[in-house]
Amino acid sequence: MSEHSLEIRDLHARVADGEAILNGVNLVVPRGEVHALMGPNGSGKSTLAKVMAGDPQYEITGGDVLIDGESILALEPDERARAGLYLAFQYPVEVPGVSIANFLRLALNARREEGDEIGVMEFYARLQRAVKALDWDESIIERNLHEGFSGGEKKRSEILQLLVLEPSYAILDETDSGLDVDALKVVAKGVNAARGPEFGALVITHYQRLLNYIVPDKVHVMAAGRIVKEGSKELAMELDTRGYDWVRVEAGLNPVGDDEHAPRVGA
Amino acid sequence: MADMPQDAHPDAAKLAGLAHTEQYAYYMPENYAFRSEKGLTRRVVEQISYQKNEPEWMLKFRLRALEIAEKKGRPKWGPDLSHLNFDDIYFYIRPQEEKGTNSWDDVPAEVRETYRKLGIPEAEQRMLAGVGAQYESEMVYHNLKEEWEKQGVIFLDSDTGLQQYPELFKEHFATVVPPEDNYFAAVNSAVWSGGSFVYVPAGVEIDVPLQAYFLINAQSMGQFERTLIIAEPGSRFHYIEGCTAPTYNSDSFHSGVIEIIVKERANVRYSTIQNWSHNVYNLVTQRAIVQRHGSMGWLDGNLGSKVTMKYPSTYLMGEHAHGEVLSIAFATDGQHQDAGAKVIHAAPYTTSSVVSKSISKGTGRSSYRGLVQIHEGATNARSNVECDALLLDDQAKTDTYPYIEINEKTAHVGHEATVSKLNDEQIFYLQSRGLPADAAMALIVRGFLDPVAKELPLEYAVELNRLIELEMEGSVG
Repeated sequence: MSEHSLEIRDLHARVADGEAILNGVNLVVPRGEVHALMGPNGSGKSTLAKVMAGDPQYEITGGDVLIDGESILALEPDERARAGLYLAFQYPVEVPGVSIANFLRLALNARREEGDEIGVMEFYARLQRAVKALDWDESIIERNLHEGFSGGEKKRSEILQLLVLEPSYAILDETDSGLDVDALKVVAKGVNAARGPEFGALVITHYQRLLNYIVPDKVHVMAAGRIVKEGSKELAMELDTRGYDWVRVEAGLNPVGDDEHAPRVGA
Repeated sequence: MADMPQDAHPDAAKLAGLAHTEQYAYYMPENYAFRSEKGLTRRVVEQISYQKNEPEWMLKFRLRALEIAEKKGRPKWGPDLSHLNFDDIYFYIRPQEEKGTNSWDDVPAEVRETYRKLGIPEAEQRMLAGVGAQYESEMVYHNLKEEWEKQGVIFLDSDTGLQQYPELFKEHFATVVPPEDNYFAAVNSAVWSGGSFVYVPAGVEIDVPLQAYFLINAQSMGQFERTLIIAEPGSRFHYIEGCTAPTYNSDSFHSGVIEIIVKERANVRYSTIQNWSHNVYNLVTQRAIVQRHGSMGWLDGNLGSKVTMKYPSTYLMGEHAHGEVLSIAFATDGQHQDAGAKVIHAAPYTTSSVVSKSISKGTGRSSYRGLVQIHEGATNARSNVECDALLLDDQAKTDTYPYIEINEKTAHVGHEATVSKLNDEQIFYLQSRGLPADAAMALIVRGFLDPVAKELPLEYAVELNRLIELEMEGSVG
């Protein structure tokens, strides 16, 4: 199963010199599948995403993360990216003075040998396809990375980058948060455009809503820093109506964690 | 260690030296036809003038300037200059190279070697050297030059300018920056050599930038260059002080004077990106006077050097005159970039804008030192100053000395300053897209400088990026 998959094995991590957040996560996303990772606030979903991408704020205390059978934990964040991993950030940063086009060209070329840089025409064709897939205006590529972007535009940019960089595995960290239905549909359209036998994704979300548009092959539920339940897409619906408490109880946890609340029904 | 600043760690100089050994280890043996004795003396000044076969008035001017320098003494403000010892400096060296080269083969071997050591691909080297795509061959340049000459444009090195156009030269020389102005202007006036002499007649507009590289030779690239630019009414052109190959000059003192006269409705841009080796004191006086409806733009990039003091100044003397300064400073370990701008509003409806971007890294320190002065009677003058500083680590330093003197009630003066620190989140984000940490940092820095860089012609913007990458090397452990 490890041949073509993104695999998390018994992963433990904490904030550097701080409290433990991940307490033994096990999860496998085979290439070609899209999985959802759900869970209440504070369950460790976003931490898992950042730890996988190599955020230096976190310290790994045990376990492993593998891409197609190769451990990536010893790799720098950029090496992980070049190995095929992509993280769509919940809060993408602004980088003033750096245009999206310029940035993406550099990012693509970082994946290629020196002297084998992507051709200008090929690059723009790829960029234009991605822009179209997201119903976006072409002028966006000349704007500086997230400078003055609305929350929705930032999220759309994360998906644009995904489409251009064509990673093997993507983690989408609450890409739906703060989006209205129309923006949600656009983002979902972008992700669905990336779907295929060579692409696997882990879609992190708090609510079931996004999963109406990005239909997952499997749903994982996280609580207290580990996966406590797995199921089909129907599980997401059930969580949406029943909240998370029952899952926690099933897993032997208190119904409501210290810093978390059950989602609003129908949110 | 006698030559160390008092507050520095005993090994700081050694460490700083090591850090740059690789980058700057390309001092070539110098070939010279004549070299003055060390130190700044009357005898040396006389020798320079004699070697150049100058008119009597210039010799007198030089000697007067020497006296002024001796009387004035060094400035008592700004960066530490206590280790700058004139007794160790050759104030005049005339190298052997012949004048007037413009094909790749004619680019001095040392310069080509420098580029090679910098690891720049040959196509780019040619472009940097000014003999690339745009100026493919001597033919193209000669055609350009012929065209300019037909229009009455003079574009020579200053020594030749003085010989060929003695009256025109004398009429304007030292009228913008007299030797009395400041100590280093006086020193330059005494020992100046090389620089560019540019004269553009009334109404002549030149689309292709006049590049100093056209004049590359020993004369134009001196340590004490003196550039004189005269824009007759209604003329328009862009002058670029090109070649920024970091110092095939091992001398430790550079002090140029740039004088620009912008007459009515003329429009002049002066761009320079300098990258001195890290042992150089770079103390330059750049000044323009601008007449009615004239416009002057400075683009000033300061990389390298040990200490830089440079404040391009614009004197707005006529109504509706406009001045603009875009300034970049990059201070890395052991460097102090003290740069900024001066704008003097001496007439009504004059406008100015200053944008200063500085970057400090390691023990580097960058200072913005600026003056905006609005004279009484300069009604409805407007000025806006923006200084942004970027610190690349916790150690780096920046400071701002914005002097504003307003003697006119109707003036509108704005000043805005920001300081930001290189952000770990930004680096992580860019890394997560596949860029190595050092490339991520370089990209953030380039983005920070973008508002200035985009005002540069492409080949210089490319070069600026390359220089920044060099400066950023080793930034990430």
